[in-house]
Amino acid sequence: MNTETLIPYAGIVTEITQQTPDVKTFRVEAPGGGKLFEHKPGQCAMLSVPGISEAMISITSSPTNTEYMEFSVKKCGCLTEWLHSMEVGQMITVRGPYGRHFPVYDELLGKDLLIIAGGIGLAPVRSVINYVRDNRDKFGTVDIVYGSRSKDDLVYYKEIVEEWMTTPGFNVHLTIDNPQEGWGGHVGFVPNFVKELNPDLKKTVLMCGPPIMIKFTLGGLMELGFRKEQVYTTMELRMKCGIGKCGRCNIGNKYVCKDGPVFRFDELDELPNEY
Amino acid sequence: MKKLCLTKLNDFFAAVAAKQALYLPVNNKVGKAEFKKWESGVEMSKALNTLRSAKDFFFPQTENLMEFKMEGKSIEVIDTREECEDFVVFGVRACDAASFAILDSVYLVDPVDSYYKSRREHGTVVTMACGKPAETCFCGTFGIDAADPAGDVTAWEVEGAYMLRANTEKGEALLASVADLLEEGCEKAVEEAQAKTRAIMAKLPLAGLKLDGVGAGKTKELFDRPEWKTLSESCLGCGTCTFVCPTCQCYDVRDFDSGNGIKRFRCWDSCMYSDFTLMAHGNSRNSQVERFRQRFMHKLVYYPDRNNGTFGCVGCGRCLARCPISMNIVKVAKTLGGKK
Amino acid sequence: MQEMMKNRAYALLENGTVDRVLGWTRGEFAYDMTPAVFRSADEVKKGFVYNDFCAANLSKYLVKECRAGGKILVFLKPCDTYSFNQLLAEHRIKREMIYVVGIECFGKADVEKVKEMGFEGITGITAKDGVYTVSTIYGDKAIKPADVMAERCLACKSKKHVVYDELIGNEGEVVEDCNRFDMVAKLEAMTPDERYEFWRGELSRCIRCNACRNVCPACTCEQCIFDNPNSGVSQKAAVNSFEENMFHIIRAFHVAGRCTDCGECSRVCPQHIPLHLLNRKFIKDVNTFYGDYQAGENPEAKPPLGKYEKNDIEPGEAGGAKE
Repeated sequence: MNTETLIPYAGIVTEITQQTPDVKTFRVEAPGGGKLFEHKPGQCAMLSVPGISEAMISITSSPTNTEYMEFSVKKCGCLTEWLHSMEVGQMITVRGPYGRHFPVYDELLGKDLLIIAGGIGLAPVRSVINYVRDNRDKFGTVDIVYGSRSKDDLVYYKEIVEEWMTTPGFNVHLTIDNPQEGWGGHVGFVPNFVKELNPDLKKTVLMCGPPIMIKFTLGGLMELGFRKEQVYTTMELRMKCGIGKCGRCNIGNKYVCKDGPVFRFDELDELPNEY
Repeated sequence: MKKLCLTKLNDFFAAVAAKQALYLPVNNKVGKAEFKKWESGVEMSKALNTLRSAKDFFFPQTENLMEFKMEGKSIEVIDTREECEDFVVFGVRACDAASFAILDSVYLVDPVDSYYKSRREHGTVVTMACGKPAETCFCGTFGIDAADPAGDVTAWEVEGAYMLRANTEKGEALLASVADLLEEGCEKAVEEAQAKTRAIMAKLPLAGLKLDGVGAGKTKELFDRPEWKTLSESCLGCGTCTFVCPTCQCYDVRDFDSGNGIKRFRCWDSCMYSDFTLMAHGNSRNSQVERFRQRFMHKLVYYPDRNNGTFGCVGCGRCLARCPISMNIVKVAKTLGGKK
Repeated sequence: MQEMMKNRAYALLENGTVDRVLGWTRGEFAYDMTPAVFRSADEVKKGFVYNDFCAANLSKYLVKECRAGGKILVFLKPCDTYSFNQLLAEHRIKREMIYVVGIECFGKADVEKVKEMGFEGITGITAKDGVYTVSTIYGDKAIKPADVMAERCLACKSKKHVVYDELIGNEGEVVEDCNRFDMVAKLEAMTPDERYEFWRGELSRCIRCNACRNVCPACTCEQCIFDNPNSGVSQKAAVNSFEENMFHIIRAFHVAGRCTDCGECSRVCPQHIPLHLLNRKFIKDVNTFYGDYQAGENPEAKPPLGKYEKNDIEPGEAGGAKE
């Protein structure tokens, strides 16, 4: 165990999966095998390639996975481009876990869950989804509404179809923005789809996706009669230290890296609109 | 209370410096005080305060955090931390001494910053009560007494001598190590010096400055105030205020290819800089008014929110003296606090 | 002077010539005025201040103001008008959006110098009959303005406004015998080692706050290379001391031939580094190698480093430091 949280562990990338044209999932293990550290669903880690940079990435694997951690990364900057270009066997550094997790150990227990995600936003909640699958008796039904630009931009597609759709009590609703050849499913934006599905107001909602999706989906949920206290989301702002010290990821008096990234919407209401 | 005759001041410095590094304010080539390592012949500055704050001792402008050895696909993480050696900082003012408590509230809370902690543990702070505070001083606003600063040892300059009072075990140990140079001190002389300082403080233009309009719980009230635009209008977006500030503690972490491995270092950063919150896919504070607001909201609202109402400012007045456009926390607080 | 300026501001706001005024607003003390934009006669009445401590060169703010539209009145001292012209020449500001009121300048005061004279607890500074009266909590005392004049004003190059729409006060002349290159000559006379020591001593105090760059009217890049994470040289602090030297040297090269010698860099430096000396070295060299040239004097003039002539000096011909 490191005595300084800024000092990372070196981990080996043991598998790389191309999820979509611009998203890859990296499996990371400790050099001697196994996970670098334990985490809780919704927590993040700082990934780095020394000399390139360091970035906060959500841990997409479930804590119930005892062999490795997974990170899904969208190519959009210096570090992520480097990560996308690397091969299996490459080492990277990882430190964490950081931040507040989804309350799977208390508040969500026994609840029917509605999980809404857009694009790469499925990555942080995938950790919850697989945690719930591995603790099936502790939670109620699980509805997953997931949308992306096109069929090719749906991450974890194979896992969704083969594993999530076949889990008892799970209902998966997929949608894409525009019609596409070979797609027989729903077409349309996530916020509208959620309203069409008219979910039961008893459900607890976990939501992650692009800001515009969050904004309209939340509005839709409010119209349906959901309360902000029922809806959780996970935020992303510029993070550097991961431990609430470097001073850049705050929204008002809260640090996203330490007090978040998971927030309940009634909590976000208390914060200034600067995100 | 102990007494050190000024005739023995050099012997005192020499005795302290014989055992550990001793730093004190010294005038630099342009006549401004900065902390320098004491060596024979070095004279202490008579300036009221150093141009930069004393935070460098615990939170230096840059420091190496670790190194990486990269070979092929492998990475070796090298922990380069070393236990800090004992040192003494002499002549810290009340405001800067109070700033250490603010830095502690960030760096010593879980997870503890081990780099900072090591320096805090090994540093002994000797404060010096102010004799002649300046018009830019407003430490009193934050309940700081310029005539009775915190620190491991507190010193007062009286006629021909320093009165020294140990406040902590570290302070006791320091005074014990130079016991042969000290005499029994006199409370009364200290009280007289304190009365003089306090009388001056009371006459200064910022005496009685109240920050009622700002503080914990005021985010909603203050965040969208139109005055932010006018206050920040001429802000240059430089980092002067943040870098001379004793309580500004934000940092950046960067890597540097030394040609012989990667060094990861930490350096001061400024929320006034345009790239402070820059991400690969956007920036949460795109304009200078947002960045300006962040700096003052942090000190006047967010920090108090997280720290039982304590402000993130100690009233040292450095930003008042140094801002190129003379905008500062006093002007901001007065403007925001003045009217609803 | 202040009253005349306020009166012109009222008049030009009221007759619609301009919709806002760039000037200075009052501070906490007598010497800490902040540049400010006034949008009404009422705002001018309440806040506008002008005195010998209003030292900022307001021309750079016009880059931002021109993007905001409308028409703005700006008060410019003679030296500021050179920066104004240079910004015009570089197409950073739009002439038709700005109404320039030139103000006669007798040299600016530097409060640091007042404090260095031993004044503490300053509560006020007033100017009357060619004397400053400094009030402190310990009493009042009169001092001569010349004793606290800003360093750059002691080497003033011009009391003449090179551009204005109207003038308050008298027009002055270019100062032919200004001594601004004296220190450069001294530095040139040093051995390379001495000169290196001099600059190391100065630049090692840099805290990399970027005030010099951000205030500089010649530094108007949309994104400075030192702020660009992709440039490979963006650093917020020194990895080693060499970085600080490079920041200032690169900046001096970048403003060479464009720097008007307004002196803002040295004025704002919190560490009192004489940065203007780097720029003056370039100005002196340009004068020597290409003939006398004052950036900003004429916005139509071709800058010596921005044009090519067949008889231009060849690299190496100028002669570098002699070993």
